[in-house]
Amino acid sequence: MLADFGFGILLIAFLTALYSIGAALYGHFSRRQKWVESARLAMLLTFPLLTLASLTLIYLLVIGDFNIRFVYEVTSRDMPTYLKITALWGGQSGSLLFWSWLMSLFATAVTLRKWERDREFLPWVILVSSITIAFFLSLNIFFENPFQRFWQTFQGVEPATFRPANAIPFTAEEGRGLNPLLRHPGMVIHPPMLYLGFVAYVIPYAFAIAALITGRADDRWIRLTRRWSLTAWLFLSLGLVLGGRWAYDVLGWGGYWAWDPVEIAAFMPWLTGTAFLHSVMIQEKRGMLKRWNMILIILTYSLVVFGTFLTRSGVLSSVHAFAQSEIGPAFFIFIGITLVTSVALLIYRWDSLQAEGQMHSMFSREALFLLNNLLFMGILVICFWGVISPLISELITGQKVTVGPPYYERAAGPLFALLVLLMGIAPLSAWGHITLKNLAAQNSLELEKRYALAIARLLWKPAIPALLVLIGLLIAGITNIYALIGLTFAALTASITIYEFWRAARARERAQGENLLTALWRLAGRNRRRYGGYTIHLGVILMAIGIIGIEMFQSETQKSLAVGENIQLAGYTVRYDSLAQFPTNDGRWVTRAVVSVFDKNGQFLTELYPRYDVYADGQPMTIPGVRSTLADDLYVLLINWEGVTAQVAPFKVYHNPLVNWLWLGAFVFIFGTLIAAWPEEEREPLPTQARKTKAIYQPGD
Amino acid sequence: MKKKLAVLILLLIASLVWVGSANAQDTTPPTDDEVNAIAKQLFCPVCENTPLDVCPTEACKQWRDLIRLKLSEGWTEEQIKQYFVDQYGARVLAEPPRQGWYWLIYIVPVALLLVGLYILFRAYQTMRAPLAEQPAETHAPTGLPDEYLRRIEEELKKRN
Repeated sequence: MLADFGFGILLIAFLTALYSIGAALYGHFSRRQKWVESARLAMLLTFPLLTLASLTLIYLLVIGDFNIRFVYEVTSRDMPTYLKITALWGGQSGSLLFWSWLMSLFATAVTLRKWERDREFLPWVILVSSITIAFFLSLNIFFENPFQRFWQTFQGVEPATFRPANAIPFTAEEGRGLNPLLRHPGMVIHPPMLYLGFVAYVIPYAFAIAALITGRADDRWIRLTRRWSLTAWLFLSLGLVLGGRWAYDVLGWGGYWAWDPVEIAAFMPWLTGTAFLHSVMIQEKRGMLKRWNMILIILTYSLVVFGTFLTRSGVLSSVHAFAQSEIGPAFFIFIGITLVTSVALLIYRWDSLQAEGQMHSMFSREALFLLNNLLFMGILVICFWGVISPLISELITGQKVTVGPPYYERAAGPLFALLVLLMGIAPLSAWGHITLKNLAAQNSLELEKRYALAIARLLWKPAIPALLVLIGLLIAGITNIYALIGLTFAALTASITIYEFWRAARARERAQGENLLTALWRLAGRNRRRYGGYTIHLGVILMAIGIIGIEMFQSETQKSLAVGENIQLAGYTVRYDSLAQFPTNDGRWVTRAVVSVFDKNGQFLTELYPRYDVYADGQPMTIPGVRSTLADDLYVLLINWEGVTAQVAPFKVYHNPLVNWLWLGAFVFIFGTLIAAWPEEEREPLPTQARKTKAIYQPGD
Repeated sequence: MKKKLAVLILLLIASLVWVGSANAQDTTPPTDDEVNAIAKQLFCPVCENTPLDVCPTEACKQWRDLIRLKLSEGWTEEQIKQYFVDQYGARVLAEPPRQGWYWLIYIVPVALLLVGLYILFRAYQTMRAPLAEQPAETHAPTGLPDEYLRRIEEELKKRN
């Protein structure tokens, strides 16, 4: 009964979204505002409808109605209630519904804003949002109904939305339960964060399409969606970091990122989103890169849908699984249509999106930002090609290939290093604008020289600590050239960024008599975007240090130990003390070892408890025992797959230098994003003409 | 007779000991780390995107045992990897072999990056072409740090 109710609500929401599309179009073409208003109200209605549908499903999950196929697949009686609720995104159909729900939430939020000044955008923003919602709802309705029930027929039990002839409802005794790997706090929060990031990117895309259709060539759409883009970016970043932490904690391979296609699926929109975040600044300040920003946001939207497609269609396991899955082709067609339409619109408006400004130098901010964008695009190409070439290989040769970490690391590593360096230098170009009497009269080589000199003047002081870091690393005996380059770049960028904070705060301190902290606070408070951005950069540098540490200096060893025996790695000694096996209330069978860790002087450091849990369905989960410090992690695994007895147990030990800087950096990164995205009163944009003449030397461009 | 038998038994034991010790020299069992060093470079042919050294399935355990066996038989790393490729196809390698059309996998990103660089270069050139209306200059040149302070202040005022 409730299942029918839920499905009915889904259907009504789908029809409402379709109505909203039709009404928006009709309202625009017939110039009847009340139809556009009706479309807006219809879109607002999708949110309460989808909330109702989702709550219905959550209720069914919590009461454990195993007549419902989805409930049977993702829950079991022994699961705690919070996991039953979060099982909503633990399977295909539920997570698609969850996607639509969040999408409608964001669409509602955006349509509730004041539209006075931007009324011409409204029908198109509604159109794009409603099309996206309708598409995802159509997947639920036609292919993956989360409310599908089990029916007993003469042939056996089969799942169906509607009652087959002569069938009676069938309710299983017990559900299959959520995949144990997903019963981790990281995995509970990780998908919603990613999805929030995904759906939030639909909003800037919708405004971009609205700007293209209406032919508004100014940067209004960017200003309106700046906070949306930042929010999307924040959630996507959070999702990626949480995913990494989850992998580190429960997958038991000593790492946080494996260049798995599923990871890359979420990483690709982040890459274009990050490029977008930077390049829109150039459009706002200089009226340049208008076409490029359109391309970036169109790409981001397509990659968001493509990412969902990759993870949901089964295409990654094989092209044949994709062909058999019903939603795969639907996704494919949807991505194709939206991409082609968006690009066609862009081509149609190509001429009107001309740059208003002019680039003066290869060292100007816009030039360096373009270089930044090229690097992000380069990494995107590497990722995209790495994900799809095995599929192409399978199509052409019938044989799958693996494109694994060595490919990505070799190709993307240098680009990441350059990005870190650019992250330090590009902000300096903001101050690097030289004020010249008449730019047009200058010889271009002379101009380049002046720009480069201006940057170099700002660079030499922060370069000293970086040089000291390099010398320190060499003295410490580090010979890995990639690590030396990476860490020196990171040190240089950190030093420039901190120097920027210090210089500005110091200048205010002298001029205003404020103390340094107040000065810093005021600076960050009044130019949140820049100082939030710098804080994000500092976070990224910390993360880069962690990544360099674990990627280049990780070591590992494996050995079967008898009680009392030990294993040595990177100056640590790990001694196997004892083993215990016991059941838990939630049906796990836990095998837990106790090991003691000693430092190189034989000093006792700590006890660790690596363990593995076997769930009722036989699925194992390996939980490491970790000793974490800022210098390194000692990550000890009890590896169940080699056979464990009380007398002899196999251990795998990883030494992960600096890895905690990665997590620390993530906190700084999020803090910076919050500073940058914190709401402030919307300022009136300068009229285009005024910007053109004033903006060239706008301080802090 | 007894003496002969005793000598024979002694000889037999001696030869056994000798053979045993000779064998022991040849077959130091490979360590887990040696096995993992190779397994790390191979991907489980069954599970998706899981390196063989950390794959918990029974099949992968057997494959690791196979690597151990081959190592103890004196196979080299390359021979073992090739054996797995022959058995299960190129997908067991962490990246495609550099041969035939697989070269495309390596060339395409580099080619696209070069195209990107070219586009960037062209964009620089296009954007440097003077616009019809040349913006007028506003500020006279001044040196840092006063100029810097002036900009910061100007900007903060603007944002108040």
